[in-house]
Amino acid sequence: MTLAVEVRDLTRAFGDFLAVDHVTFDVPEGEIFGFLGPNGAGKTTTIKMLTGLLAPTSGGGRVAGFDLRTRAEAIKQRIGYMSQLFSLYADLTVDENIAFFAGLYGVTGSRLAERRDWALEMSGLGDYRGRLTGQLPLGVKQRLALGCAVLHQPPILFLDEPTSGVDPVSRRTFWDLIYQFADRGTTIFVSTHYMEEAEYCHRLALMNRARLIALDRPAALRARLTEPILEIATDHGPAAAQALQHAPGVIEAAMFGRAVHVVVEHAASAVQALPPFLSARGITAHSITPVHPSLEDVFVSLVRREGGVVVG
Amino acid sequence: MKLPTLSPRRLLAIGRKEALQLRRDPRSLVMAFAYPALMIVFFGYVITFDIRDINLAVLDQDRTPRSRELVEAFQAAGYFRVTERLSRYQDLQPLLDRGAVRLALVIPPGFQRDLAAGRPAAVQALVDGADANTAAIALNYAGAIVTAYSARVALRAAQQRAPVVPQSRVWYNETLESSNMIVPGLVAVIMMVIAAMLSALTVAREWERGTMEQLAATPVHRVEVILGKLLPYLGIGLVDVVAAVLVGQLLFQVPFRGSPVLLIGLATLFLIGALGLGIFISAAVKSQLLATQTSLLATYLPSLLLSGLIFDLASMPLVLRLISHLVPARYFIVVLRGIFLKGVGVGVLWTQGLAMIAFAVVGLTLAVRSFRKEIA
Repeated sequence: MTLAVEVRDLTRAFGDFLAVDHVTFDVPEGEIFGFLGPNGAGKTTTIKMLTGLLAPTSGGGRVAGFDLRTRAEAIKQRIGYMSQLFSLYADLTVDENIAFFAGLYGVTGSRLAERRDWALEMSGLGDYRGRLTGQLPLGVKQRLALGCAVLHQPPILFLDEPTSGVDPVSRRTFWDLIYQFADRGTTIFVSTHYMEEAEYCHRLALMNRARLIALDRPAALRARLTEPILEIATDHGPAAAQALQHAPGVIEAAMFGRAVHVVVEHAASAVQALPPFLSARGITAHSITPVHPSLEDVFVSLVRREGGVVVG
Repeated sequence: MKLPTLSPRRLLAIGRKEALQLRRDPRSLVMAFAYPALMIVFFGYVITFDIRDINLAVLDQDRTPRSRELVEAFQAAGYFRVTERLSRYQDLQPLLDRGAVRLALVIPPGFQRDLAAGRPAAVQALVDGADANTAAIALNYAGAIVTAYSARVALRAAQQRAPVVPQSRVWYNETLESSNMIVPGLVAVIMMVIAAMLSALTVAREWERGTMEQLAATPVHRVEVILGKLLPYLGIGLVDVVAAVLVGQLLFQVPFRGSPVLLIGLATLFLIGALGLGIFISAAVKSQLLATQTSLLATYLPSLLLSGLIFDLASMPLVLRLISHLVPARYFIVVLRGIFLKGVGVGVLWTQGLAMIAFAVVGLTLAVRSFRKEIA
């Protein structure tokens, strides 16, 4: 198995602040590798080091076989990168943006024509070639940015929260594209804070507070949480989550959307014990139901087990 | 460090993109074409040291042929216009107070009698010294007219020809027009300011709009980025130089005697230096507004005040004179005046040529070194 990315003790400090703290992992070729964690966990900083935008403070690794400390330019030739703010030139037309990035990636002649047509079709922009990019809807702009990032058909694609701020339908379309790339053997390194997107990945790396706290397939991660989980519907979510931390038989409690998810020792006894516990504190529980653990439950649980707090 | 292998294709991609953005940015276009035109017309007309038609009041208390001769000498010189003829001394002051006249000439009674007797005859000149510059020039003119007149009188009395007759001829700026001196020099100031301000926008714009990150993630080399960004602005700068030469000739009748090729060559070096400086500032401050303001400050005042354009460098305090050696416009102004007015070539301008090369190298080095592809 060839590795697209290998990272050993990768560390980056900004002054006294450790943004990435001794992170180690491998990504085999062809994998969709998800990078998960709250804002500020160190995902973007890690990606910037892997794409040659930022030098590591210590540690290192290889991308596409090249040392990221010394061969950043060789790496850039072999990767596609789409940043959080998909930064195309708003004052250039669709065609001009494509031509610009093709020029930088050395895509020319008949290959350029072919790749341009492909990018236009992929982003659904065939009729808008002369349109200024700034006037396009966000979802379309983002597909065009993806197209521009892969004009040179890189074997590895880095996507830093590519779908943030985009509506769910466009998000779905975008993931279809990611699957198409993966099917053709492209390694996808994608960060996200949408848990449902994490389910699409082959493997997930969970980051919290600069550290990698878990790395596994989504199903395996879920299986790590063996205790039952109850979902409590209530109007006083934050107060309930706070109180339930100290309730008998409760391992942990956390907000989950507008409800509260509670990890308990025994489902049946907790269903009996928790409503009176809450009403004694002036909180009404509308319902208590057992649920399957989501990745978010796993994430919260793993962070707690590490003795940490979830930031963000 | 090993030398980077530069790709002309990537360099041109950057240049083309920059030109497209420039074409769609009204602010840059105004700065590139309207500002220079405005500046050259404005400064060309405003900065003038020629003083003509100075209003003159005459109080002739002698009223003799000799006194009238002296007044005529003032009128004939072309610098003064007799607007008031007075008969009482006390009428003078209100005229000077109001600024109706700048100079008053008082010829006391007995002027002709004293001349005839071979005694020194005194005349009085009262000058409005509120504007010291103009006052000094007016007094100089007046002094020269009186000296010439007295020489004539002395020779006539001695029935002689003058032993030494000065035959002066002004070279290069035959008509002593100050626009001939200002307009070529102004080209240097305009180029410096416009080039630095235009290029100050380019890198900061990438930072502000977030495109720097995408750019930095491509294999483009920073030298390619800098040179690519320079190209369109260099083109604009050279168009501005040519336009300024034409405006100088057509509007201000400034002669152009030297080699256009030499001018373009040296202007190119000067522009590269100025553009590099702008890019350096842009990359350092990362904000378009701050970058334009910093460039304006860093280029405008030194180029205007410490370049010898308006103020004579030789009469400045030592510290300012030393600083002026670091002002690139100082050297380019010599180049411009030399090529416009004297028609001189490399043989004369080689030191300035070296200064231009040094400026271009420093500007480019600063720009490339300041441009980092690292994104935190």
